Amino acid sequence: MSLKNNILDLRKRKEEIKKGGGEEAIEKQAQMGKLTARERILAILDENSFHEYDIFVEHSARDFGMEAKVLHGDGVIIGTGTIYNKPVCIFAQDFTVAGGSLGLMHAQKITKIMDHSLKMRVPLIGINDSGGARIQEGVNSLAGYGEIFFRNTLASGVIPQISVILGPCAGGAVYSPALTDFVFVVENISKMFITGPSVIKSVLGEDISMEDLGGARVHAEITGNAHFYAANEQECFEQIKKLITYIPWNNEQKPQPFPAKPPKKVKVEKIVPSDPKLPYDMRDIIKAITDGSDFFEIMEHFAPNILIGFGRMEGETVGFVANQPMVLAGVLDTDSSDKAARFIRFCDAFNIPIVTLEDLPGYLPGVDQEHSGVIRHGAKILYAYSEATVPKITVILRKAYGGGYIAMNSRHLRADFVFAWPTAEIAVMGPEGAANIVFRKEIMEAEDPEAMRLQKIQEYKDKFANPFVAAAKGYIDEVIEPEETRSRILHALKVSKNKNVTMPRKKHGIPPF
Amino acid sequence: MAEKATNSEFLIVQGAQYETTFTKKYRNRIPWKLPNLNLIYSFIPGTVINVLVKPGQKVKQGETLIILEAMKMHNNVLMPFDGEVVKINVEPKDKVAKNTPMLEIRPK
Repeated sequence: MSLKNNILDLRKRKEEIKKGGGEEAIEKQAQMGKLTARERILAILDENSFHEYDIFVEHSARDFGMEAKVLHGDGVIIGTGTIYNKPVCIFAQDFTVAGGSLGLMHAQKITKIMDHSLKMRVPLIGINDSGGARIQEGVNSLAGYGEIFFRNTLASGVIPQISVILGPCAGGAVYSPALTDFVFVVENISKMFITGPSVIKSVLGEDISMEDLGGARVHAEITGNAHFYAANEQECFEQIKKLITYIPWNNEQKPQPFPAKPPKKVKVEKIVPSDPKLPYDMRDIIKAITDGSDFFEIMEHFAPNILIGFGRMEGETVGFVANQPMVLAGVLDTDSSDKAARFIRFCDAFNIPIVTLEDLPGYLPGVDQEHSGVIRHGAKILYAYSEATVPKITVILRKAYGGGYIAMNSRHLRADFVFAWPTAEIAVMGPEGAANIVFRKEIMEAEDPEAMRLQKIQEYKDKFANPFVAAAKGYIDEVIEPEETRSRILHALKVSKNKNVTMPRKKHGIPPF
Repeated sequence: MAEKATNSEFLIVQGAQYETTFTKKYRNRIPWKLPNLNLIYSFIPGTVINVLVKPGQKVKQGETLIILEAMKMHNNVLMPFDGEVVKINVEPKDKVAKNTPMLEIRPK
């Protein structure tokens, strides 16, 4: 055989494998509105940047007639490539090959690329589209999952890990995405659950569709398992590429800076009503201070009473955590605490400064909140802020009452800079609640208790519902004019650039998971 | 802003009433009810294997009332106090959802 023939033979072999599960299976995949694994990788990565490995790997199952079956690439594609010229490792399960089921060699390919991404300190993107464990391979499948979960955990906080759910992801398989930093789902395509509808129906008699049990919207809105929700795969890929621009390669680097851009001109004081009981959209405030008025929101549909996401200030990535008065008055509750705490830890792990915008009346009252553990969930936010050593800046716009004041990156949790607008009310509780307690006797004994109550509320308001009591104690650093918000944050970020604090030596903390 | 005017809801936190909007999850929360100690609910969805008592029967605390199979396990549903069986709502082979009132009892 001449070299030319060798090359032609190689090309033929590769072409054959690249057909995945064959035309019929690919046609089926298309009918479900899904791209193939290879199309997905090529759509996410820069043009001509994808380099594949382990294309010739074959499955190792020897039972139940599997030995006679050929499964191209064993149902998964792995490789490296770039996004905006930034290197990433990627794997994509190929549903057209044996339903993307996970066997020993399939798992070994995934763990190989995971090991690469950890060694090379580059982000990992995993595309999940799999029927689950390959039953014919028995415990080898389970071993495969375990090896993946272990590497997800090892890589956590070292490299950014992104999971894209583009098909079923059921049973144990869901735990790899759950261990990663960002989970992307697509309407009508993503399905995630531990126990599927058929088992639920036979055992429990509950009749529920796959979509209602674990569809994209469920995870984006109810469970909080997903961070990004898209209407179709293309939109999902755009979201992934945008996210990559905000985050660093690894935990020893900073995100890549962009050219600075001023925000659109708006009067921030016009957005916020001075009556603390009236709502507004906190996104308008974030957009009034970020470069190009750009706010890349994360978990938009889950616990919308708190906002998290990235923006840039003078070109540098900043993580925003902000109460949203427009939804549930911006209270903290179990879900919003979980949402914020995890984001704060991501920012801290990856050297992204945190800006907190505060306007909340406290915690959500209710039996369901207490019984679902608002104490333990709320504690996560305290833990995450206290532990974070990246620059931490807080701006109090209006309400900062009670436990909410402490939790939202207060001075006491070691905020580096705390600013307050003149409309800020920093107090142990709102004037209504406080007056009822402090002046209980006077109100009860008054001839006209209601008039007395209103008078006492006003009295309390005048004395405590302002930023100056806290400023007098140095708990806030400066009362600023709303229009100064961006320039004050920018300066605070500038002087915090070399922030260096030492925390006590420990193996690891024990956060209230 | 127009949306805000039509969809406003009000949340009371520590005596103050805030204009805002609710989430679907908040609206769908299940209000808490004082449990009725005279009803024996299924604590897990499953299948009734056997009912060991009859209406009017006196039963001592700790005696088995019903055997409920769930997740391939037989669970003994026990009498919580000394008393009497008032009414039985299930029979063997019934599939019950979680929190189905299976028995009515009353203390001695």
